[in-house]
Amino acid sequence: MAENVKARVRAPRSASAGEVATIKTLISHPMESGQRKDSQGNTIPRSIIHRFTCDFNGENVIDVKMEPAISTNPYFEFEAKIPEAGEFKFTWYDDDGSVYEESATVEVS
Amino acid sequence: MTFRTMTAAAALAMLVPAFATADPDAKLVVNGEIEMVTETEAPEHLEGLRTIRSGWTFRTEETQALQMDDFDNPAMIFVDQARDVWNTVEGDAGESCASCHGEPESLRGLRAELPKWNEEKGEVYTAEMYINDCRTERMGAEPWGWDSQPMKNMTALISSVSRGMTVDVAIDGPVREAWERGKEIYYTRYGQLELACANCHEDNYDNYIRADHLSQGHINGFPTYRLKQANLVSKHNRFRGCIRDTRGVPYAIGSEDFVALELYVASRGNGLSVEGPAVRN
Repeated sequence: MAENVKARVRAPRSASAGEVATIKTLISHPMESGQRKDSQGNTIPRSIIHRFTCDFNGENVIDVKMEPAISTNPYFEFEAKIPEAGEFKFTWYDDDGSVYEESATVEVS
Repeated sequence: MTFRTMTAAAALAMLVPAFATADPDAKLVVNGEIEMVTETEAPEHLEGLRTIRSGWTFRTEETQALQMDDFDNPAMIFVDQARDVWNTVEGDAGESCASCHGEPESLRGLRAELPKWNEEKGEVYTAEMYINDCRTERMGAEPWGWDSQPMKNMTALISSVSRGMTVDVAIDGPVREAWERGKEIYYTRYGQLELACANCHEDNYDNYIRADHLSQGHINGFPTYRLKQANLVSKHNRFRGCIRDTRGVPYAIGSEDFVALELYVASRGNGLSVEGPAVRN
């Protein structure tokens, strides 16, 4: 597991039914591209987060395939319609098999 | 002909604001609650400038916006990491930062007066020096390198809890000698290009140096997140970078000379708000 991986998510705590809300996510990760060499000239192995998904109450909102050119600490901002109260589930998949999860509950008023 | 000249003049007038980064009246408010002073009267000791302006005012709207919300500010990732370290026991004494200081918020105000005179040690102290004293003397842990990642993270955390407070660095009393030394460095021309700090940051701020928009060089936003490095940058690292760019041989990071320069440069920003960790390009 890459060091110091920390996921941060911002979603509204409450919304009106059918509202379109802006969701922001940020995860700290080195996103080592596999193209760089260390001081000895050895290739630094690729270590990136290659997939990010967001589900709302089990339904997929966004599914992103990520590539090595994406820079360190990937940030995603997107909009999602909130039809009912529920939970956003965010998942990041690391090259090394680690899975980082975060969630956010939204109430509907 | 007259008409043509006027059009050209009008076109030029319209171009100027497009070059000058963002709206000059823009207000820096972080998280919708911390109001910052980004422009104010220069402190009395400073003869070369009438008003002092935060580096934030020289940046583009997009970069400015990054600093206005902790979620968008990439530096806050490092602040979060420092918060974890703050609570982690390290060293022989079995202590963490939290053992003595409680919450990081207990250090609110410290950043606004640093560097300052340390009576016990008899020298000017920066945040880095206080942190390493705590680590070696109280925690029995290894000191961090001045420019190391954990050190930059921790200084960012300590700075973040003082955001919005007014920079108020003392320049009289026991620190005077160091302050004078810092001032001397500031106005000394270095390197093959024979440039002093003042040549860029006092005589030519708001102008371009290659593609870079020169600020007044205040350090109220340090440690600052530079988009170019995708990391925090310490004050001394920035000093070194500037002297290197004059093709001179920089002083060492953490040296007495750079501490003196830090004190002097910090005092030039007396009256601005603590912004660190800020976002710059």
